[in-house]
Amino acid sequence: MKKDIILAGVGGQGILTIATIIGDAATVAGLHLKQAEVHGMSQRGGDVQSNLRLSTEPIYSDLIRRGAADLIISMEPMEALRYLPYLDKEGWVVSSSHPFKNIPNYPDEEALAGELAALPHVATLPIEEVAREHSLPKSANMVLLGMAARYMEILAPDRLRESIARVFAAKGEKVVADNLKAFDLGLEATV
Amino acid sequence: MKLLLGDEAIALGAVHAGISGVYAYPGTPSTEITEYIQAHAPAVRSRWCSNEKTAMEAALGMSYAGKRALVCMKHVGMNVAADAFVNSAITGVNGGLVVLAADDPSMHSSQNEQDSRFYGKFAMIPILEPSSQQEAYDMMPYAYDLSEGLRLPVLMRVVTRLAHSRAEIAVREPLAQKALCPDSERTHWVLLPANARRRYAALVEKQAALQESSVKSPYNSELRTQNSKLGVLACGIAYNYVMENDPASLGIPVLKVSQYPLPEATVRAFAAQCESLLVAEDGQPMVEEQVKALVGDGYPVLGRLTGNLPRMGELTPDSVGAALDIVTAPAYANAQNVMPRPPALCQGCGHRDVYDALNRVVAEYPDARIFGDIGCYTLGALPPFRAIDSCVDMGASITMAKGAADAGVHPAIAVIGDSTFTHSGMTGLLDAVNDKSRITVVLSDNLTTAMTGGQDSAGTNKFEAICLGLGVEPEHVRVVVPLPKNMEEITRIIREEIAYDGVSVIIPRRECMQTLKRKLRQNKQK
Repeated sequence: MKKDIILAGVGGQGILTIATIIGDAATVAGLHLKQAEVHGMSQRGGDVQSNLRLSTEPIYSDLIRRGAADLIISMEPMEALRYLPYLDKEGWVVSSSHPFKNIPNYPDEEALAGELAALPHVATLPIEEVAREHSLPKSANMVLLGMAARYMEILAPDRLRESIARVFAAKGEKVVADNLKAFDLGLEATV
Repeated sequence: MKLLLGDEAIALGAVHAGISGVYAYPGTPSTEITEYIQAHAPAVRSRWCSNEKTAMEAALGMSYAGKRALVCMKHVGMNVAADAFVNSAITGVNGGLVVLAADDPSMHSSQNEQDSRFYGKFAMIPILEPSSQQEAYDMMPYAYDLSEGLRLPVLMRVVTRLAHSRAEIAVREPLAQKALCPDSERTHWVLLPANARRRYAALVEKQAALQESSVKSPYNSELRTQNSKLGVLACGIAYNYVMENDPASLGIPVLKVSQYPLPEATVRAFAAQCESLLVAEDGQPMVEEQVKALVGDGYPVLGRLTGNLPRMGELTPDSVGAALDIVTAPAYANAQNVMPRPPALCQGCGHRDVYDALNRVVAEYPDARIFGDIGCYTLGALPPFRAIDSCVDMGASITMAKGAADAGVHPAIAVIGDSTFTHSGMTGLLDAVNDKSRITVVLSDNLTTAMTGGQDSAGTNKFEAICLGLGVEPEHVRVVVPLPKNMEEITRIIREEIAYDGVSVIIPRRECMQTLKRKLRQNKQK
């Protein structure tokens, strides 16, 4: 069994934290893992992605083939669409529906939302709003991870919960509790 | 098992191989090696160096003293270190010395995609090119043994995708550091021509041993099937992209090459059981050219030079698959509603105010040219600022401004960051002072090496003293605080210094927003 995941977003949105949690859960579960990250210049507000490959078998390439990704998890709707050629026909897109506009020529929002909604397997949610409504403004990325957990298959939600607790442990109980709550909001949301 | 970034696997491998020091200047994608050692190996000397040349020389000094040393840099850093690097092959080493060059094919965060393997070939030393994070870790003790066995430095070359990708790593028992044991053979280390000729002859003589080591290397291995129409020679990380395409199912034999010089006997024997060869290598077609020379005219060698693989950019499982005639049609075409999202200077960054001020003043001088440099502030080239006319290499802002001023450009303005200034800007400033060049240097000081993630900057708190020491007139060293509320003062000072017929240095100084935020977060947690 394998799961090829593309994590997408804008530099500074916290996709590497999502990657860290999935990575921790996969390691504890004894899965093979490769996780290619973007460091350097793009982290300054540019588009960033991480290729995350989980498998019960050894993995060779750090990069995912075109048409082979099982899941695109994106903190931003336009960034979700950027990696569409990498998505498998049966693959899912799990994305924030809230645009992050730091460029002057951002596409028309309705057209963008329409293109995303037209995909056969897609789940979107205004994760920042959901997080804010529940007074968890810093945990939007965990809402997204919760949404994605439904399609992860190779890792059960409880494994991800345990990793959230481990990864945030140094920041105190409140931070752990907040992030777990955000994760559950995403997991249970109707999308 | 540990989940480690490729850079971290290299770092831990070196620590477990018993290094006593790591010497480096930050540069993507090599930075995390030294950062990991700083955070996890207090017994290893690990403070940042001013540039790659000082790093290379200090590492050679530690090797001279009998201990194992690691020196790390990005590929273009090899250009800076080249003098010391090439000559370290002539002196040879005492304690093991590994030079780690992290190349950046596709230029994710660089100004070129030069292939460091050429430097290893040029210096006539062994090169190791791991295919995976685990292999990078495993190779380290081997690299140090090889270095001490041949008494030569060893170049380890990795690429961005290996450096910045995580994988689970099996670790072994660490080796102890070596005892102090300085080399007493002066004729090896004093490269007067008479000694250097003998040392070079010795290096030439060692080449047969290097070949033998490559042929026997556990890292050069062959996956044999029966005789085949096509065989693949896969170098370093390209091996993974080849294996991802399951060559065994196609009956394609693979020769994995992770140690150079290219093992000639192995390649000849491999070529003999195939009718043609595909060379898959990340970077420039170095091996492809060598293989062509080895197998001779009439034997088809395919690769980047023949268009079977792209001539430039990093390899991918897709591009390698295409070269193996594996065609996969993506399920989805490119999306319609996607625009490029280039990086930008952070909101609140002091460089923003510097460019705002420069743009206001320069609007009054149609002939003005602004020579930029390497760092976050290179982003001043992009909208909304579009403020700089050049960015070439570390330190080139000051010296290019000087040359342009010599030719008659006025105003000739250089914009350089604090860390870049101590890396390679100071010597150029001395040239300008000695020549009384009519240039205005903006030394934009954010108290850190920001682009690579906020490492210590070598000159922090010393810039006025450095400029004065190099001979800039005290009244033309001006310090400002780059904030919107100070715009009037900053623009006035820029105008005054443009009018001065000599070298001026304006130092806008305000802490990087990223390091400031990090400090505030850390204080809050305490």
